[in-house]
Amino acid sequence: MEIVLTLVIVLIVAWFVSAPLRRSESQARAAETDLEDPAIAEAEARKEAKYREIRDAELDRRQGKLSEADWKRQDAELRREAVEILKRLDRLRGRQSTNPPS
Amino acid sequence: MITLGAACLILALLVALYGAVAALVGTRGDRRFADSARRATYAFAGLLTICVVVIEVAFARTDLSLRVVADHSSTTTPGFYKLTAMWSSQEGSLLLWAWVLSLTSSAVLFATRHKHREIAPWATAVLMGLGAFFTGLMLFDANPFARLDPAPAEGLGLNPLLRHPAMAIHPPMLYSGYVFFSIPFAFAIGALITRRLDASWIRATRRFALIAWLLLGVGILLGARWSYSELGWGGYWGWDPVENASLMPWLVGTAFLHSVMVQERRGILRVWNVSLVCGTFALALLGTFLVRSGILESIHAFGASTVGGPLLALITIVVIGSAALIVSRLDDLRSTKRVESLASREAVFLVNNLLLVGLAAVIFWGTFFPLIAELFTGERASLAAPWFNRFTTPLAILLVLFTGIGPLLAWRRVSFGGLKRLLGIPTLVGLAAAVALFALTDARSEPLALIMFSLAAFTLAALAQEFWRGTVAQRALSGGSYPRALLTLFGRNRRRYGGYVVHAGLATLLVAVAASSSFQTSRDLRLRPGQSATVDDYQVTYKRPTAVIEPAEQRLTFGSVLAVQKDGRPYATLRPSRNYYAGMGGQGGSGPVRSFFEGEATSEVGRKTTVGGDFWTAMQPDLARLDPVINTADRRLSRIARRVPAGDAQAGRQLGFLQGLAIRAIEQRYLKDPPPANFRVNVNPLVSWIWVGGAIAVLGGLVAIWPAPEARRRRVSDVYAARLARELGRA
Repeated sequence: MEIVLTLVIVLIVAWFVSAPLRRSESQARAAETDLEDPAIAEAEARKEAKYREIRDAELDRRQGKLSEADWKRQDAELRREAVEILKRLDRLRGRQSTNPPS
Repeated sequence: MITLGAACLILALLVALYGAVAALVGTRGDRRFADSARRATYAFAGLLTICVVVIEVAFARTDLSLRVVADHSSTTTPGFYKLTAMWSSQEGSLLLWAWVLSLTSSAVLFATRHKHREIAPWATAVLMGLGAFFTGLMLFDANPFARLDPAPAEGLGLNPLLRHPAMAIHPPMLYSGYVFFSIPFAFAIGALITRRLDASWIRATRRFALIAWLLLGVGILLGARWSYSELGWGGYWGWDPVENASLMPWLVGTAFLHSVMVQERRGILRVWNVSLVCGTFALALLGTFLVRSGILESIHAFGASTVGGPLLALITIVVIGSAALIVSRLDDLRSTKRVESLASREAVFLVNNLLLVGLAAVIFWGTFFPLIAELFTGERASLAAPWFNRFTTPLAILLVLFTGIGPLLAWRRVSFGGLKRLLGIPTLVGLAAAVALFALTDARSEPLALIMFSLAAFTLAALAQEFWRGTVAQRALSGGSYPRALLTLFGRNRRRYGGYVVHAGLATLLVAVAASSSFQTSRDLRLRPGQSATVDDYQVTYKRPTAVIEPAEQRLTFGSVLAVQKDGRPYATLRPSRNYYAGMGGQGGSGPVRSFFEGEATSEVGRKTTVGGDFWTAMQPDLARLDPVINTADRRLSRIARRVPAGDAQAGRQLGFLQGLAIRAIEQRYLKDPPPANFRVNVNPLVSWIWVGGAIAVLGGLVAIWPAPEARRRRVSDVYAARLARELGRA
């Protein structure tokens, strides 16, 4: 009984693990399109981090850690950096829409 | 079922090896192999789950045909401890390690299945490589499915020291902590190989690193609590090599968690971060090695074994491989940006890195010095607690200081005026605490403790100021009551304010450590019933002995009732005791009664806990007076045993009954003519605040880990996106 059970497990594991290798061309292409573009992912991560920085700076100002002048300077710099990231994201997304993954 | 479990273990190794190879093929861009490798990880987890279930069922049934069960359990082991006995063994704990690795690997690969197309296959290869290593180690060196033929009639039982709830969950917590650090390590290796050295790999694994840090911290606290409650020496931290081995990755992991925040925001400290995560994981492996190799003597160690060599080889590969990768990627890792100002949070985090790594380095040297000395001199030296305390205390004091300064500062820079404003009140509080303690207490007799208390006061005041200012700012923004504003503040800034709670917990813990170690009173007393002694302001009177036999657990307990008075008034009644167990590793040749007293014994401490501290006592009765009774019983039982035919179960049961009668006679003798007992009495100021501080830190960690609801994240992002879109329009 244990041997039969073991064989069944071996077969299930082999079938499950080898499933991606048995994909058709169209299934393989569909799987590729599901994937996140690393450059876009990186830009998204930097965008989120930049938004967090902007939020933190505002909280720091409200708590009196930053003077109004320091905050304005920092906020302007952070927004400039955020704008650059958004522009890069637009470029990458534009490039992605004109060059879909093969 | 055992055959099924053994087969699944072999299959798990094959699947892990396939997963590693398939992942490497997948790194060349063939998505099918990358996905197949990910599925292999899931299958690896499923197979090891079957192995764990089979082993646990064997323990629950006390299947003594399995060596691991026969060596670590018995028919008389309580049910709960039968299930936890698995990880008291080398084999079972390796299985636990591999199983937790398989589950966490599956979780992270599932979470990143559509992401990190370049890094994820390399991470999968690393994780499956580790999985194959630990599975191979089990199969070739410590197989949990090794059989005994014939199976013995009874098992050796669980080490009595491990029959404690804290010990039941302490190993899984520690191993989980070690294993969870493999996730950021694997992704860091992937990031280094692919040169994708931005913060995206950190984002993918940050939560795993936090969970690892939290679990390891809880495991360390549980171990300290167990030591304090069970080992009878009165301490919670002995700078034991295995204790140190768990603290080192926790310290370096703490540095990593802080330092990655700087990389996420500023893109700097990237060399630090990959080095810290590789170092943390290497130290986690080192902790695993120390427990299993027998290379250092420790109450925690499994003893000498053959797994030490392969583990050392793995550590060497990890250290050299990581170092080589980091050096080869230095140009990619270096950032053009710098820390802009010393008065900034980034600068404090950098100092923090240096202090935490420095602490870990000191502890590393102190732990391995005996080995290094033995290599050169042939003699094993050792460094005890005073050495560790001398070098770690100043670093811990500085750490507390920066734990307070860091939260006060803003990112990038704070003006001089701002600095004065922020530091003013906490500094005054710290100074006031120093003056008050100096003038009104005997803290001045311990200068380092006084400094620690003052800096902790500064830190707690700084954190309170942060909570107050944040609440006021939030209330100005959203209105409502102060408590509601505080909750909103926490909800919108979980990482920041959860971190502050952790800081508060750690400051509290370090104050308690300083107080309980610097101002502890410890005395060893020898008392007969009716005798008294004085310890500090307390009078301790040994009223009467107690004795209990617990047949189900094969345990004999000799105890005492102590009446404690303070300043002439009743303070506490304490009942310390000592437990003796049948057949727990007594010396070869010990008689059946003597074996009770020569094997592993445990202490139940008597303790009165107050906010101000503990009055703690452990006892050890002087059993010399019982020797004639024990020897006589052993002689008689041995004479009877020689006449009992081998394999005669009924005769064996009757012999056991006679042994029980002999133990009962000794119990009665102990009560009628009690021998003197040795008592260790400790007065430990503020010691319970160690556990309170630890619990606060854990709570803060949970707040920091808890994800913000997706809708709120999107709302916040959308608000900024809209504002920035206006900027884009003007740009």
